[in-house]
Amino acid sequence: MNAPRTVLATAFLIPGLALAAPAIAPVEPPARGSFDAQVIARGAELSAIGNCKGCHTAADGKPFAGGRPLKTPFGTIHGTNITPDPETGIGRWSEAAFRRAMHEGLDRQGRNLYPAFPYDHFTKLTDADVGALYAFMMTRDPVSAETPPNQLPFPYNIRGFISVWKNLYFEPGRFQANPARNAEWNRGAYLVEGVGHCGACHTPRNTLGAERRDRHLAGGEVDSWHAPALNTESPSPMPWTAAQLDTYLRTGIEDVHAIAAGPMASVTRTLANVTPEDTRAIAVYVASLMDRQTTEAKQRADEALAQARSAAFAPANQLRDRTVAASDDRPQSSGATIYADTCASCHDPGRSLSSGGALHLSLAIAPALPTPSNLIHLTLEGIAPPDGAQGRSMPGFAGALTNDQVTALVQYLRVEFGRKTAWRNVDEEVASAVNDINAR
Amino acid sequence: MVTLEVNGQTRQIDADPGTPLLYVLRDHLQLNGAKFGCGLGQCGACTVMVEGQAVLSCVTPISVLQGRRITTVEGLGTPQNPGPMQRAFIEEQAAQCGYCIPGMMMRAQALLERSRSPTKAEIRAHMGANLCRCGTHMRILRAIDRAARLMQAEDSTSAAKGRG
Repeated sequence: MNAPRTVLATAFLIPGLALAAPAIAPVEPPARGSFDAQVIARGAELSAIGNCKGCHTAADGKPFAGGRPLKTPFGTIHGTNITPDPETGIGRWSEAAFRRAMHEGLDRQGRNLYPAFPYDHFTKLTDADVGALYAFMMTRDPVSAETPPNQLPFPYNIRGFISVWKNLYFEPGRFQANPARNAEWNRGAYLVEGVGHCGACHTPRNTLGAERRDRHLAGGEVDSWHAPALNTESPSPMPWTAAQLDTYLRTGIEDVHAIAAGPMASVTRTLANVTPEDTRAIAVYVASLMDRQTTEAKQRADEALAQARSAAFAPANQLRDRTVAASDDRPQSSGATIYADTCASCHDPGRSLSSGGALHLSLAIAPALPTPSNLIHLTLEGIAPPDGAQGRSMPGFAGALTNDQVTALVQYLRVEFGRKTAWRNVDEEVASAVNDINAR
Repeated sequence: MVTLEVNGQTRQIDADPGTPLLYVLRDHLQLNGAKFGCGLGQCGACTVMVEGQAVLSCVTPISVLQGRRITTVEGLGTPQNPGPMQRAFIEEQAAQCGYCIPGMMMRAQALLERSRSPTKAEIRAHMGANLCRCGTHMRILRAIDRAARLMQAEDSTSAAKGRG
């Protein structure tokens, strides 16, 4: 793996590393009245689909005022202040400067932007849509807030490094519609690949943090969560239809698949407010990418449904006996007991104490993922909607279960419901997740 | 039989191992401090401590607690000799109907055992899992703040005694 070193050597050979392009002259912050209300509204829609707020707002911070730390494998980068504050935000950016940032990854002064700002996606946006986003951002409340400095180790702290990265991986250019597909599909593709930048989380990245084109939307990692594959490798036991995906995107929950958690929770909360036509288009496009009509996939779905139905309305003792008995010859036997005693009361319908609405885990995606991280997060932290928001909740079991118990439970869920071979190094991942929680 | 260690005492429990801890505390051990609120781990009225961590006893079966150290609100002090957390709640008159208060005290106790001087924001974030339908949250927050100061004072007194 000599790639990083080669790139590093190249970085030193390029002169004039600080500025990659000429500055664009500062402007007086444009007046609110200079923007058309309909254009602002379209910008609001695009901003919601792109969840700009997600990275550009700190916890408890003012919207778009930046300061949220984004942990990457290369160090910590902070979302910047993109309110129209002239000193600390983008108030002095002309539309041309804003467009250059979106399309080419350069700031107003001409410095390269870190690709944590996903201009590899935003370059696909039409000029009109970039203009709408500009109108939306420039009509937000200006907030004076300095963005904290990035914490990037050498060599990633050298902006010249980004020039090299861009030469290797960045392909500027607008979205090209596929004439073989209809308008709705193309609208979905434009939103997913462009402003929605779904691939930023759902596509695996190479050693230098670029999305792997050969593994487009094949599942990635973000904030210690796994973002599941959205292509034919989708791990979902039940195939997704476009209608189900649409429901999930708009509500954060879909009866036979999943509840949005981790970084996806803020995405679905934002998508709840966009026009139905746009979430529908996104759903149509993504469902078409996941589509695989193999007999194997169909058989897997039938099995999952049968398992979910067989568990329904089993009396408590019977279920516990059955779960424990079935596990006698397995190393995860204590995991089966923990499941029967702790989880089944909600996750197997018909049990006492049941809320009646928890997903049966044979339908769930988390046990079928390539990594245990999401299942560990959910087991320890549960699911809690943010203050004032509607949503399902699940209690977390950090503190109630020991690390060994969580490990046994997670491996049991993997084999029993994910129907795959046990994960490796679950105990280490559990210990690390527990340490993270205790350090909060 | 499941063996539990509750408030420093070893107890043998003759119950289905799948029984939630809350029922065992209330029905078998007559420790009625922890309350049944929602039964789904969503309100916090049943909160106790396991090995120093706040745990929802209504969704935690005793089978996973074998041999682990459990503390209920009865373990923090007695009516005659309340502990610092309980004194602080009395002094701030934090209870209205009082149903949520044992759970509040146990979650707060878990925080203060880990950190004696949490910020107000840390207290709020930590207590987010416990609900009070009367709306005495402001008094509860003040009581936790006061408990932190009482515990700090006790720490320095015992440290001084240790030196003396």
